[in-house]
Amino acid sequence: MNAPLNRRALLGLGASLGIGVTFLGSQAFAAAEGDLARKKLVVVICRGGMDGLSVSPPVGDANYAALRGSIAFKPEDVLKLDDTFGLHPELSAVHALATKGQARIAPAIASPDRARSHFEAQDVLETGASGVYGAETGWLNRTLEALAPVRKVEGLSVGTTAPLILRGKVQAASWSPGKGVDETARLPTLLQDLYKTDPLLGPAFARGLETETMAQQAMTAMAATPAMNMAAASTPSMAGPAPMSATMANDRRNRQGGEAARKLGSTLSGFMIQPAGPQIAAISLDGFDTHAGQSGQIATRLSYLDAVLDGLHTGLGTEWKNTVVIVVTEFGRTARVNGTGGTDHGTASTGLILGGALKPGGIVGDWPGLAQNALFENRDTAPTLDMRALFKGVLAEHMGVDRALLENKVFPDSKTAQPLTGLV
Amino acid sequence: MGNVTSSRKGERFLNLPSKDMMAAIAVTRFGLGARPGEIEAAKADPKGFLAAQIRREGADLPVDGGETSADRFRQMRDFQQQRKMEREQKDGQGDKTTANAQTFKDAQRDLRDKVGADFLARARLATNTDAGFRERWALFWANHFTVSATKQITSVLIGPFEREAIRPHVFDRFENLLVAASTHPAMLTYLDQAQSIGPNSRAAGAAARRSNRRAGLNENLAREILELHTVGVDAGYAQADVTEFARALTGFSIGRDAEDHPGQFLFREAAHEPGSRTVLGRHYGQAGLKQGLSVLSDLAADPRTARHVCGKIARHFVSDAPPPALTERLERRWMETGGDLAKVAQALIESPEAWDPTPAKFKTPYEYTLSTWRLIGAEPSAIERLAPILTGLGQKPFSAPSPKGWAEDAQTWAAPDALIKRMQWAQGFAAAVADRGDPNALAVEALGARLTPAVAKAVSRAETRREAFALLVMSPEFQRR
Repeated sequence: MNAPLNRRALLGLGASLGIGVTFLGSQAFAAAEGDLARKKLVVVICRGGMDGLSVSPPVGDANYAALRGSIAFKPEDVLKLDDTFGLHPELSAVHALATKGQARIAPAIASPDRARSHFEAQDVLETGASGVYGAETGWLNRTLEALAPVRKVEGLSVGTTAPLILRGKVQAASWSPGKGVDETARLPTLLQDLYKTDPLLGPAFARGLETETMAQQAMTAMAATPAMNMAAASTPSMAGPAPMSATMANDRRNRQGGEAARKLGSTLSGFMIQPAGPQIAAISLDGFDTHAGQSGQIATRLSYLDAVLDGLHTGLGTEWKNTVVIVVTEFGRTARVNGTGGTDHGTASTGLILGGALKPGGIVGDWPGLAQNALFENRDTAPTLDMRALFKGVLAEHMGVDRALLENKVFPDSKTAQPLTGLV
Repeated sequence: MGNVTSSRKGERFLNLPSKDMMAAIAVTRFGLGARPGEIEAAKADPKGFLAAQIRREGADLPVDGGETSADRFRQMRDFQQQRKMEREQKDGQGDKTTANAQTFKDAQRDLRDKVGADFLARARLATNTDAGFRERWALFWANHFTVSATKQITSVLIGPFEREAIRPHVFDRFENLLVAASTHPAMLTYLDQAQSIGPNSRAAGAAARRSNRRAGLNENLAREILELHTVGVDAGYAQADVTEFARALTGFSIGRDAEDHPGQFLFREAAHEPGSRTVLGRHYGQAGLKQGLSVLSDLAADPRTARHVCGKIARHFVSDAPPPALTERLERRWMETGGDLAKVAQALIESPEAWDPTPAKFKTPYEYTLSTWRLIGAEPSAIERLAPILTGLGQKPFSAPSPKGWAEDAQTWAAPDALIKRMQWAQGFAAAVADRGDPNALAVEALGARLTPAVAKAVSRAETRREAFALLVMSPEFQRR
């Protein structure tokens, strides 16, 4: 293993940044499906309830400054998108893509959940159901299921735990950087034998071993990519972090975190640019629950997000043109700043849609505005776009998922959320 | 499930498994995994072995520096002042910077070491205790009232939080545990309660006069108490209940150095929102501190709390999908005894459903690695060794991802990558420890009557002791409980 691909350096990444990555891979596909088999979809889940009004501050909205008080941005401090919206200053890579028509915002997007509970709302986001406990499987897993008869696809999550968005009938694999498996040891074979009648451990372990093999290929592919070498120029040593807050050595840690986040994006692209590599991926970023002292906290988190997206974009190279990236969160936060320089749980937030496959255009969905009578329950950005509409539109037009399957299998009970078309 | 039999009267009851099997279950499912000889010791009276671990004075306290949360709070405050000074010096005179920066770094390392020492002390207690059930019961409540090291100030308070608020009350009435956890400085910083101010309070008025900054409400703690700690998210409360409860809690804060109770819970009368409140349909006319405490008291007594928490207990100890009869038993005992947690623990032991020989629970990384240390009668030697292991397996010390705490279901922890990582760790651990002793005997010590012929055979056929040890600890039976 050469330096840019230092697995050990990557090992602590997921836990220390709260980042996990999820892949869905397609391996064999019919020649006629060749075009679709190049298409790539990445879903980034920002956990904790990301504040949309910080992601894309509506500095041109007449009510914005008063509602936000101490945490409001001045128009000159944001990266300008249009007369109403800017982007958070830490989102410079996203802004660069936006100026090329390769990034758009959905400033009032929400899941159908209104309980303002992180855990319920994340479940609803990941199951794609119309309400909590509406489904036990993830919509990406059901996408795999729906695509299976057309072209064989595999699920792979990078990170030690399996996210709900990927749980379901199709055994999803998972991978995170580590030591690799010693091919000459007997233990893997003996364990496969010991697990052969175990419905949980048997399939999971087999998939884990397969994925290790695939990871070797991905690492080799990455080694050949100049972008990776650049991204790895100064590798933070994230292995074995002390059980301490990431804010302890804040500045240095933030810089390292940014580099690690960029490398995570590049690593993901290393998998995706393989000829038979994963087509669909999901990444999680934690730490968006900003009840107090929000400004610094969210700046750090958005800089990580920007770095992940930048790493992905750069690493994908020419494959960026076949890619759509969706960034969503379980809910937004209150429009008003609270009493402790933060915001409490709210409703609609900002989604980001990026990619070389994206059609240029303005905001996605309507902007309800921040007038008092326009706020949801007099406190939150009102939702104008059901995120399932976005997911459905992208799955249909970008990934070629059959409409009937989309309605019946992937997002049942979503008639009120008509697929959002024309994005790609 | 044990054999279901019908009596002549047609009542259904459950047969308990054999004493040998019950001894293995007592030690592996209810406890933290077998230390050598432990299953043998439990054989005479498996239920009694567990019942004897329930005691009014609470769980054991990890042996560490013995610093209180007040000590830690003060140290953190000193550290923050030092940091501020260091920054000011940096801006001003260049010469003094180096010395100050060094002091600052030392202080920073010192605080970080304390968090590590807290965690190691707790892990050592778990590997050495002969009261595994008592420790598991304590760990359950620590996870129920999660505080996580996502904030610097909270991280140094987690060890003291468990010693001061959780462990003394785990066999107490739930209300006392709830109040202790909800008023502890660790919880007050983790869920942003300490600075929450009633918008119409005297403190808010004063803040408004001093500056243009609005001081006001933070509803984080109120929401998570409702959703996670008491009635549960499906209890049917509304946003207004959350906000009203948050208003009732205003004033729940931490004393500053010059005040009474420095570094400890302090009720700030001036920050309390005046007036009466309505939460979950109940009216609270009490003034000041009593208002928030009354809401907590009613929440503790609410049947929805009994249902929510007893469901969690059953899921934690027995199965991701526990038999409803088990949850109902616990709930009934809870309601009959006013939430007496010792009695609820007793009910758990007495429930036949809890003795189903099928090992349904998949060990979390913490449970898994500690049970492996217990098996060889050893303990983790240093936090620098322990922390990377747990982080690599997905359970970074003191760093639960959210106030909901660590997940405990098999779907979460038996992911493909997690199994590969466990295998890699087991190989390394085996290389370090396995070349002494008889693996076949160790398999019996580890699992007792739960040792299956397949695992016994695999262990006996292994090429080396290392391979045998790795097979044992990676067996489906050892990874489950």
